[in-house]
Amino acid sequence: MPSAERTDTATDDQAFVVRLDQFSGPLDLLLHLIREQEIDIADIPIAVIAEQFLHAITSLGLDEASDYLEMAAVLLRIKIQMLLPRPFDDENWEDPRAQLVRRLLEYEQVREVAGWIADQAQGQSDRFARGWQQELPEAPPAPIVIDLDEILVAAERVIEAMPQPVLHRVVPRPLDVEGATRRIAAMLDERDGFDFREALGPSPTVADVLSVLLALLELARLGRVLLRQRTPFADLGVQRESQRSPA
Amino acid sequence: MNRNARLLEAALFSASQPLGLDELRRLLSGASKNEVADALEELRQHLNEHEHGVELGEVAGGFQLLTRTEFAEEIAAARIVQRPRRLSRAALETLAVIAYRQPVSRAEVEEIRGVSVEGVLRLLLEREFVEVAGRAEGMGRPLLYRTTVQFLELLGLNDLNELPKLEDLSVALRPPMPQPEL
Repeated sequence: MPSAERTDTATDDQAFVVRLDQFSGPLDLLLHLIREQEIDIADIPIAVIAEQFLHAITSLGLDEASDYLEMAAVLLRIKIQMLLPRPFDDENWEDPRAQLVRRLLEYEQVREVAGWIADQAQGQSDRFARGWQQELPEAPPAPIVIDLDEILVAAERVIEAMPQPVLHRVVPRPLDVEGATRRIAAMLDERDGFDFREALGPSPTVADVLSVLLALLELARLGRVLLRQRTPFADLGVQRESQRSPA
Repeated sequence: MNRNARLLEAALFSASQPLGLDELRRLLSGASKNEVADALEELRQHLNEHEHGVELGEVAGGFQLLTRTEFAEEIAAARIVQRPRRLSRAALETLAVIAYRQPVSRAEVEEIRGVSVEGVLRLLLEREFVEVAGRAEGMGRPLLYRTTVQFLELLGLNDLNELPKLEDLSVALRPPMPQPEL
């Protein structure tokens, strides 16, 4: 039940801020207005209520919610219908408020049942069942376990694969990542996958190795290739991601 | 307690879900329904008379051991068990409409609640308190929704007949439709 926020603060713009979730909808707000003033639901002074409703949705800052505006339109329509003259003795005349009253009563029922459900769920949530388990987050992949020797062996293998490093190189050669990317893209056009080694070409330099590596990582980031290493220190497999050929 | 009752206790203790009568009969190697009921009753009384911390609960057509409500605060405060999040009023009202009108379309729920229920309905579907029951005939063949077993478990009900009868509500109004068979 919404706390009895006063709604007659027109002069007091923004005097208080009411959260939209204080009312669960326009019917809720409408019922609140009606109950607050102890109005007979079967004989709603529609002009007054429509006025207050409009007032409330403005001062409550709810006027953005289309559901509330729709209800405001309904109220105004009923108000107008009530103002229309009607034959004194017309048996076919139907109170334009009838449908609204029916909806309000129906909604009040829903509210009552909702309260019952809340109580019931509350009572139930106070009884814990055996075996209740919080859903476990998906387990992260197991960390790769390696020891120092393996790292050294692997490092040696890589170093062996490279030609003797040229010492005292004065001018550093910039990495040619673009070139490597082009080369890999060309290879991917022909094949679905290949080894990291193949991408290096014959007798690669350190710069070549790094260029290819960076190019592959970038392509992987863009989702164009899939890099896979079956076991630690195995050769890195490069695979074309998806069937579309790289642009 | 006789052996059957103790066996039931052991089985209920080990189970992570409510156990149905059929399962319990299988457990007591083909005992009759009455025998199972007797054993359950004996276990229930035993737990109550000896003031155990757990009691025999009957939920969604099955049985399970549940902690007594008097201990809920302390167990939750010690973070041994996390309570389920409470449902918002919007969610409760939407559940109420679906429970009584099922199978029901979103538009009908919105008509009754006077507000869009798209987000709330998605949440209820996610938490599996409602599910899609099929499609309605007619224009657009809208999806129809109904409540689930999880909904019963949420409320600790055996079946939908345990929902309050509409004529027992303080608000005197019959729904325009005949009350659906629950």
